[in-house]
Amino acid sequence: MATVDLKNVKKVYPSGVEAVKGVSIAIPDKELCVLVGPSGCGKSTLLRMIAGLETISAGTVAIDGKVVNAIGPTERDIAMVFQNYALYPHMKVYDNMAYGLRNRGTPKDEIDSRVRSTAKVLELSALLDRRPRELSGGQRQRVAMGRAIVRNPKVFLFDEPLSNLDAKLRGQMRVEIKNLQRTLGVTSVYVTHDQLEAMTLADILVVMNAGLVEQTGAPLDIYEKPASIFVASFIGAPPMNLLTLTGSSSGPILADGTAIGFAPSETQAATLGFRPEDADVTFNAEALPGALVLPTTVEAVEPVGAESFLHCAAGGSRIVVRVAGRAAAKPGDQLRVVARAEKLHWFDQAGKRVN
Amino acid sequence: MGDTWIARKISLSPRVVFPNKILPFLLVAPQLAITLVFFYWPAGQALYQSMLRQDPFGLRTKFVWFANFRKVLADPAYLNSIKVTVVFSLATAIVAMCVALLLAVMAEKAVRGKGLYRTLLIWPYAVAPAIAGMLWLFLFNPSIGSLAYLLRSLGIAWDPLLNGTHAMILLVSAAAWKQISYNFLFFVAGLQAVPKTLIEAAAMDGAGETKRFWTIVFPLLAPTTFFLLVVNTVYALFDTFGIVHAVTGGGPGKTTETLVYKVYNDGFVNLILGDSAAQSVILMAIVIALTAIQFRYVERKVHYG
Repeated sequence: MATVDLKNVKKVYPSGVEAVKGVSIAIPDKELCVLVGPSGCGKSTLLRMIAGLETISAGTVAIDGKVVNAIGPTERDIAMVFQNYALYPHMKVYDNMAYGLRNRGTPKDEIDSRVRSTAKVLELSALLDRRPRELSGGQRQRVAMGRAIVRNPKVFLFDEPLSNLDAKLRGQMRVEIKNLQRTLGVTSVYVTHDQLEAMTLADILVVMNAGLVEQTGAPLDIYEKPASIFVASFIGAPPMNLLTLTGSSSGPILADGTAIGFAPSETQAATLGFRPEDADVTFNAEALPGALVLPTTVEAVEPVGAESFLHCAAGGSRIVVRVAGRAAAKPGDQLRVVARAEKLHWFDQAGKRVN
Repeated sequence: MGDTWIARKISLSPRVVFPNKILPFLLVAPQLAITLVFFYWPAGQALYQSMLRQDPFGLRTKFVWFANFRKVLADPAYLNSIKVTVVFSLATAIVAMCVALLLAVMAEKAVRGKGLYRTLLIWPYAVAPAIAGMLWLFLFNPSIGSLAYLLRSLGIAWDPLLNGTHAMILLVSAAAWKQISYNFLFFVAGLQAVPKTLIEAAAMDGAGETKRFWTIVFPLLAPTTFFLLVVNTVYALFDTFGIVHAVTGGGPGKTTETLVYKVYNDGFVNLILGDSAAQSVILMAIVIALTAIQFRYVERKVHYG
């Protein structure tokens, strides 16, 4: 139905603050693009520029190949689900959903059939005569979704739509959004600061930081090969373990003097990282060639059920290791953390990936 | 009037229990005393006086039951005064609210100098009613008024001293002008309370600016509008004595003699105290009925939040 192309988009506020510093993203038709990043990274501003709610300071936003910079939100044919849902409090659920269709002069019987069929999909049929304040958070969320879907727009925009829901409902709605988006096949842009939502929903994941794109790609590609320290620490929970390196003639050593024994070929690496699940713990002291071996002391054990997280002190910093099931270790234990070389991530002085 | 309204909100707070039985009565005593002395007592006096007939010198008094009421309600001058009051109050409330809403919307849209506009638009509220009346009287005085001169040069035979309609227009303008500031203040606050995301959502739903205003903003302003409707009606009915007195004195003829002005005129100028008292009792009944109607029927159509 529609592609969304951002070319070097910038946003400078009158106060001089540069919220978005030149972002280019190409979203193919029917795909769901997730913009993820910490608060203040410019992801919401970017979404609002696509919506037409913020002016674009530089660059172009094109929908379906047509530059829409000068077109207002009213004519862009985009629907947005707001964080606080922004339901019209004085209208019934039915009217909330019919509002956009009425504004576009859709015939009355068509409005009725579309509202009712959408309500059916979202299990809202019994609630059509209620007002928003008589609904629960999850129901309001559905109405907000319904209001967007019923219009059959070119593009869906989601501005942290699940952040006001409790954890259980959030997981449920996440799956529903994904299914709906896939069934309807509407190009979507989804903004969140929750990396779990980002990973599970995205066809294309865009990690943003300080007004710039840090990395764009398929979620798992980004997870497996983060382009920078920022991405490595932002994507994944618990985040990647990062150890600061100092170089010496014999190769990189850790802050506490532990020698690594090997290094990625060309560049001087400044930081070494590995994911909690890519490491193992052992009480044995045998040498393991081609692996990172860190002698550690267990500081805390977090049993989650299916897995346990060991918080350890190693190499002058704190690391987390995931072990399946119950952990055999307890606080105070001396053991060795082992990570295979191919699972290691190396970053240079500027925080960029080396290997 | 607004007390039940406020009481409903306060009743949400947790109940306080006094250990002493007398203390709560002592605490409300001053309030009760003031209400008794300044409201119930004079109201009772008016009720009593409305059934008396007195000679102009106050030498002889006769109890006449409801004769005064019968006389007042059969008086064509009184019926005229009811008509004048309805026209005047409605016109004042509508003009004051419409202009204030327009100004508030415009001031909200201003990019620069919002604060300045607001401050300047609030100033007229500080002007005393009689002064406001004099101001308008001078501006539209047929012989010396600058705006009257302007109207005449436009071909309008402006003369509020002889033309009853002109006098009424002048009166409504003066009364509304003073009330606009007050309404403006509330409308600005009301507009600011409308969530910005709702406007944005409506824009994305394809509603143009005018449509957004009438379908989203205006319905959400309903509590403010309702409140102002009550306040403005009461203002136009009772607080405009000064303006009427200063601008037209009820004339020409009796074309601008409102109910309140007639109470004053009959009681303090013509010294027909019985009639005057009967009229104020009727006025009291009107206020009670009006407030009850407004709260019972109009408020139902208002959505709070």
